[in-house]
Amino acid sequence: MSFSSKVLVVRIKAICVLATILTIAVSTVDLRPVMAQGGGTVKVGVLQSLTGTMAISEVPVKDATIFAIDQVNAEGGVLGKKIEPVIEDGASDPAIFAQKAQKLIQEDKVVTVFGGWTSASRKAMLPVFERFHNLLWYPVQFEGNECSSNIMYSGAQPNQQILPALQWGFEKGYRKYFLLGSDYVFPRTANLILKKHIAHDGGQIVGEEYEPLGGTDFSSIITKIRLARPDVIFNTLNGDSNVSFFKQMAAAGLPPSKIPVMSFSIAEQEAKAMGTQLVTDSYAAWNYFESLNNPMNKKFLAAYHKKFPNSAMDDPMVHGYIDVLMWAAAVKKANSFDPNAVRKAATDLAWGNSVMGSIKFAPNQSLYQTAYVGKLQPDGQFSILWQSKQPLFPQPYDPQVFPGKNCVVH
Amino acid sequence: MPKSGTVKIAFQLAILVAAGFAPFYLSSYNLSLLGRFLALCILALGIALIWGWGGMLSLGQGVFFGLGAYSLAMYLKLVGLGPGDLPDFMEWSGLSRLPWWWTVFRNPAVAIAGVIVVPAAAAAILAWLVFHRRVGGIYFALITQALALAFSTLLISEQAYTGGFNGLTDFGALLGFQLIDPKVQRGLFWVTLACLAVALFFLQWLVGTDFGKIVLAIRDGENRIRFLGYNPVPYKVVVFAIGGALAGISGALYMLHAGVISPAMVGVVPSIEMIVWVAVGGRESLVGAILGTLLVNFGKDWISSAIPSLWLFVIGLLFVIVVTVVPKGLSGLWGEPVRNWVAVKIFRISPIRHALVVTEPLNNIAVEKMTSAASDAPGPEHRERLDEA
Amino acid sequence: MGDTAVVAGQIFNGISVGSILLLAALGLVLSFGVMKVINMAHGEMLMVGGYLSYLTFHHAHGPLALPAAMLVSFVGATLLGAILDLTIIRHLYGRPLDTLIVTWGISLIFQQGARSLFGAIGVDVTAPQWLQNSISINHGLLAGVDLPYVRLFIIGVALVVLAVVALCIGRTRWGTMLRAVHQDREMAAALGVNTHLIDLAVFALGTGIAGLAGSVLALIAPVTPTVGQSYIVYAFLVVIVGGPGSLIGAALAALCVGLFSATAQIFTSVSLSDVFLLVAVILFIQFRPKGIVATHSRLLEDA
Repeated sequence: MSFSSKVLVVRIKAICVLATILTIAVSTVDLRPVMAQGGGTVKVGVLQSLTGTMAISEVPVKDATIFAIDQVNAEGGVLGKKIEPVIEDGASDPAIFAQKAQKLIQEDKVVTVFGGWTSASRKAMLPVFERFHNLLWYPVQFEGNECSSNIMYSGAQPNQQILPALQWGFEKGYRKYFLLGSDYVFPRTANLILKKHIAHDGGQIVGEEYEPLGGTDFSSIITKIRLARPDVIFNTLNGDSNVSFFKQMAAAGLPPSKIPVMSFSIAEQEAKAMGTQLVTDSYAAWNYFESLNNPMNKKFLAAYHKKFPNSAMDDPMVHGYIDVLMWAAAVKKANSFDPNAVRKAATDLAWGNSVMGSIKFAPNQSLYQTAYVGKLQPDGQFSILWQSKQPLFPQPYDPQVFPGKNCVVH
Repeated sequence: MPKSGTVKIAFQLAILVAAGFAPFYLSSYNLSLLGRFLALCILALGIALIWGWGGMLSLGQGVFFGLGAYSLAMYLKLVGLGPGDLPDFMEWSGLSRLPWWWTVFRNPAVAIAGVIVVPAAAAAILAWLVFHRRVGGIYFALITQALALAFSTLLISEQAYTGGFNGLTDFGALLGFQLIDPKVQRGLFWVTLACLAVALFFLQWLVGTDFGKIVLAIRDGENRIRFLGYNPVPYKVVVFAIGGALAGISGALYMLHAGVISPAMVGVVPSIEMIVWVAVGGRESLVGAILGTLLVNFGKDWISSAIPSLWLFVIGLLFVIVVTVVPKGLSGLWGEPVRNWVAVKIFRISPIRHALVVTEPLNNIAVEKMTSAASDAPGPEHRERLDEA
Repeated sequence: MGDTAVVAGQIFNGISVGSILLLAALGLVLSFGVMKVINMAHGEMLMVGGYLSYLTFHHAHGPLALPAAMLVSFVGATLLGAILDLTIIRHLYGRPLDTLIVTWGISLIFQQGARSLFGAIGVDVTAPQWLQNSISINHGLLAGVDLPYVRLFIIGVALVVLAVVALCIGRTRWGTMLRAVHQDREMAAALGVNTHLIDLAVFALGTGIAGLAGSVLALIAPVTPTVGQSYIVYAFLVVIVGGPGSLIGAALAALCVGLFSATAQIFTSVSLSDVFLLVAVILFIQFRPKGIVATHSRLLEDA
């Protein structure tokens, strides 16, 4: 095997040329003009799953967020700038959420991001926001046990949704509880907290069952419910599984009017999609119902339904909406878009009459809010049966289950 | 006379070097994208080996990807903890003691070995169970798919031990390196690139050995190989185990880039998407598998930002078009006319010398297979072979 | 409710799940047996059936709405299957693994199509009033067992479909030709059987049954763009356990899978019972790699 040196030189030249071309080709991809933040706009990120299994829940929240941004822009924007939303798709995949969050912060240079629904997506995004010192506004009720200075948790903590529902149950005289949930983090943690409190308050757990996400067969679980004869079922099933569960309960002669069901993931939106008659007479606990009787809510709903005539409004959507308003107010107060200044300003603000009543951020960056229990009417609206006496202080760590844990942000 | 493979390898090296300088000309977001996609390329190489050469279609590579990623992620979860402390998710799942099979992952050597050994062993066991009873082809594809479903279901339901639906995230330092440090990220990129290069050259060597030739022969006529006195089972098991190990390495590197591993990345749908990457690039080409992976993933990032609802249409159509029209993928388009032209005009290889390249056994069989697959009504003697493909 | 009643109740649940699986898997068994084609878009045919029955319920009311919905779903899915076969599947003949991938691509397109047409949130199909009840046993050993009409109805539909398909294959001229193609394609073709036509018929019938199944399952499960995905893997397991192209095998396999799940769920969670099911199937093929009912063939290279 002998190389002729001439051939070798030619080849090396060719390779060098190719490598250079390739390098230039790859690097030109990156030579797009960098969008300046100046001028008349400021960019914010809106990051929800627009595709995949979670799109069903997250698209309406995105719509509500955009609606709020349009509203703020119509009122003149913030600090003299129009808000420009950059919408990204998390595709129901936590890794994509983390990736897109990084893109929004690094490429689009957004000053804050509104988004996330599942705890999985929030947990995946958390290190990104901490690393780049940006701020995420998270709109959904969740299982608590998290405390980051780079997230504003506007959704309910367990003590603002689950425990008030339990309090309502005890006040109603229910003693035997059946816990049913989808097999993932929120139901399991919520049930862990419920079990401690039910036992502590003298109630009884007569069953605890989990259905895999997206599962459609409840025949065995219904047999177990029939055996257990609970006073009430606390239901943390997610999405489509609710449809199967209520349909099969009805088929087995156990509609919500026979065994009461308290659901934590069924709001107006879901009830409408499932067919209202299927879930009529079931209960739900939220921090907002469309039927809330206050002037701000009436005005808001009129404007929203003008734009989206067929859309129901619900708790996570309202949180997606008010997150934007609270951010804009905090920016004005801080007189800066700097995430650090904004989050500090936000905890100093209070809103006496928002669409969901009186709210304000606690020092732990979660929201003081009122808990409501409603019963679903045939028209798809909840009639409000019970509400907490005052806005509840948010507790990320339940003191009975996680004694000694506390959330302090810096 | 120059060795025919030298040019090819030199060319690949040049591209690798060009990619190696990426941290100096790519923005840090694009670099992190490239890093994660290069990690996925390692998995794609494994699929090209087991599918393109071994003829086994696995719809469950996500499982081995996940095993590798979780092995290392467990270490990263434990590394920052004081003695007696528990990872956060165990605490809120009501666990009070670290399970024993977690404690062994406190040792970084065990965790890093686990990245390769655990998925390889799992793949080998599965392959043996299926193939020693001569179950193959479609059954194997369906069983691996069910495995992907069962694995993700198990991960989600055993929240106290696996982090459940949230997966594992918010990691400590790897061997003392903080993962969020930009310098570490850059280093990680080079490590990924190096792993990919090693995997590529290893597989290129492997398919040229006698072992590789027998594997190819098993794909094209398993019974004939049996008649010749070979037992195909160990070959298939080893090939599948190599594919599993590559998936594990890929998973661990991807997890380091993404900063998270969760069941959403190991289930049925992601496992099938992995097959598309390789189908697009060309299952019978290692370089094609890499190109396909990069193309599909950058495409996904771009399209899903621009028009999210379009993505499923695009990837669905891509499946249909690639497999029906260009079953050999993009690398199949790199046909002989192009190759001849490049060889003669750019690399100054005389047509005669180049002919030696084309008549390698691999190409021979592959070309024959393609022509028979393309004919509309295959004759019985062709069908026999295709039945197993 | 005594132990006997619990066991009896779970056996009924198992049979009910089995009948659902049989409906979902029957079309797959047919097309896999005859054409060696695995249709990954089979679940989407269920989904299409669900949406078609939603549309029918929208326009038709009264006691005949349900049969009408079933008919519309069957015909609609059959046509869709025929189109798929003519445009794509037959061009991939002899490349079973490629077909598998292509049909997965088709399933993605269908899912996104349904999402674009009907929205990501599912639509609502409600069982008619006469199915909204159940037979309750209140006395004797089985006191407490409850048999919902809907589930009895689904079991009935599954049995009728199975019987009709079996009759078609066993007693008609078309069935004879189908069996000929199943046994030896080349020989059948040589004797003048139009194998293309048989393939078309089998594939379309298979998707039609899936559409029918979709309309029935809509009574107890949601109709969403992704609903097909929740049945498809289990349907595949039925195909594996039952063996290709055997109706009896498919029926037995569906029953076994259903009973296995129901039994396992007495002792453990639903998630874990799914995992055990897969382990059981892998162990099962150690003993019977060609399924419960193995078709004996003298061909050396049988799929």
